[in-house]
Amino acid sequence: MPDGAAARPLVEVRNLRMYFPITAGVFRRKIGDVKAVDNVTFTIMEGETLGLVGESGCGKSTCGRAILRLYEPTSGSVLIGGQDIVALKPRALRDLRPRMQMVFQDPQASLNPRMTVASIIAEPLLEHTSMTAAQRQTRVHELMDQVGLNRAFADRYPHAFSGGQRQRIGIARALALNPRFIVCDEPIAALDVSIQAQVVNLLEELQDSLGLTYLFISHDLSMVRHIADRVAVMYLGQIAELSPREPLFARPLHPYTQALLSAVPEHDPDLEANRRRIILKGDVPSPANPPLGCNFCTRCPRVMEICRRIEPVLTEVEPGRHVACHLYPQPDSGRANGAPTRGQ
Amino acid sequence: MPDGVRPVLDVRDLRTVFTTRNGEIHAVNGVSFDLRPGELLGVVGESGSGKSVTMMSLLGLLPSPPARICGGAALFQGCDLLKMTPEELRAVRGPGVGFIFQDPMTSLNPVFTVGYQIMEPLRAHLGMGGDQARARARELLEMVGIPDAGRRLKDYPHQFSGGMRQRVMIAIALACDPKVLIADEPTTALDVTIQAQILELVRELRQKLGMAIVWITHDLGVIAGIADRVMVMYAGQVAEQGPVRAVFHDPRHPYTRALLKTVPSVRGERAARLNVIQGQPPILMAPPAACPFRMRCPQAFARCGRENPLRRAVGPAHDAACFWDYEAGAPLPDHPMTEGAHA
Repeated sequence: MPDGAAARPLVEVRNLRMYFPITAGVFRRKIGDVKAVDNVTFTIMEGETLGLVGESGCGKSTCGRAILRLYEPTSGSVLIGGQDIVALKPRALRDLRPRMQMVFQDPQASLNPRMTVASIIAEPLLEHTSMTAAQRQTRVHELMDQVGLNRAFADRYPHAFSGGQRQRIGIARALALNPRFIVCDEPIAALDVSIQAQVVNLLEELQDSLGLTYLFISHDLSMVRHIADRVAVMYLGQIAELSPREPLFARPLHPYTQALLSAVPEHDPDLEANRRRIILKGDVPSPANPPLGCNFCTRCPRVMEICRRIEPVLTEVEPGRHVACHLYPQPDSGRANGAPTRGQ
Repeated sequence: MPDGVRPVLDVRDLRTVFTTRNGEIHAVNGVSFDLRPGELLGVVGESGSGKSVTMMSLLGLLPSPPARICGGAALFQGCDLLKMTPEELRAVRGPGVGFIFQDPMTSLNPVFTVGYQIMEPLRAHLGMGGDQARARARELLEMVGIPDAGRRLKDYPHQFSGGMRQRVMIAIALACDPKVLIADEPTTALDVTIQAQILELVRELRQKLGMAIVWITHDLGVIAGIADRVMVMYAGQVAEQGPVRAVFHDPRHPYTRALLKTVPSVRGERAARLNVIQGQPPILMAPPAACPFRMRCPQAFARCGRENPLRRAVGPAHDAACFWDYEAGAPLPDHPMTEGAHA
């Protein structure tokens, strides 16, 4: 857990940018960029879970994939255990792969339907270790026990399993090489409510027993509140607010976080009837053409004149709490030095 | 709602079966409910609980085969929807019952303008001419909060965002001023801030238009915010039904209790661990002969494996299909159930 002086940063993301080119015409001339992730900086401590929340299209999944270099980032650096994986040669990157793994959103699409469960879980072992077939089988059975799958089903195919069980297969595969860092990209979004809790509890148990570090990407704020130690709220490719869990949910600072939290329905008819909601007007602007100044200025209920001109910088306004908003004191130098304050 | 008002929709003992290569799937197993004028009934359940299939069966929206409605009655304004010819049903859809589907991307036709798709039911059902239909379509778009409605009529669905498309779907469903609106997970595909916009819109429209609404969702929070009455479905049956406050504050079916406890909240105390409903929902290859929830139920006892519980009254307008009596903290006395509402 993050508190205590012993916590060291495991993942350091600095000024990460991930642009996708927009091309036109027969020569595929580049006419612009989709700024899916635009200058994102944060740190994840060892053994910590950082929740990354935001609405669809805000760049949270792209961010998760760019951190594992499943995309080639446009610029910036990602240090995992002190090594900048953005700068690594393919061979060296491959050697590092066992330390960082991913659990995908759709367990239907991320498991090969023509491979048995045992061969899916054993595939990383085959790629990255020199285990014998017998050793692999032992390890596969061990992993299946760990994620709560019955060993007897090792030779079945993914279609024979339910959504929650398929997600367990995906988790077992991610665990196969004893990673330290796992990016969970919406791991419960495709599951039913009664199954979601089972998978989240499993992820927490595994974190406690194996000392894993998670980046937990989700649009489900209530689940993030449950699992994450710190939460980063993304809007249109940038981090709007980064804060420890408790103060963020108790007293959100950024107007977007406030609106996002107030939009989550409460499971209580009486509270629902009297609750004050902030209803945002309009839609998220296109990341190909973000507004000038603050990203959120087109929908912000507390927009000021300065917001339409100057982009706010992610600044620490209270111990551990970082906000990118002009409502709070901004560093004097503004954006001049180009390097926003880092998370933590 | 005062008692004694005649329901606009009265469904009795509906059964729907799908024939597949591996045998029959009994998706809906004797569902009964009614819908009173102006009321919003929330239907909650996990995927496969039969909530969508129930509503689609009513309007003949399921392809047959594989689907077969093998029993029950659904009275809409005194006529049985299940006995109607396809032509008669066609006349009910639109002016009688409007339907909003889950995914606004796949339920709008990409090759026709939004205006054309809103005008289509107006021409077909109300016999409106071009100008009249266009004026009404514009009015509808304005009502669901789309700015610059007159010009947007000429746009195609891909030119709208997800939230805007769902507004268009609502406009189409409302075009003929239906008595009943069935909304099948209308906000599931949307982001929370957009969902909040749509819920606000539905609250407004209800006050303005006063139609009865069936709102299908798996999100208990949405139901808590907008519904008058809730129906919880499990394995093609109604597990519990009652006024929204009673069901949320004093749930009487173990499934409802578990469901309410398993979902974390963004406010209030944070639990160290999530409560879990163990196991999986059953696959119904035969109509349930015992309680379908017994394998996952903390309260299950011998009788649950022998009989399928009928719905029994547990409070005013509140019923649950369970042999466990939460008031006594013990199983019900083992004699045949007497209550009228049949499971």
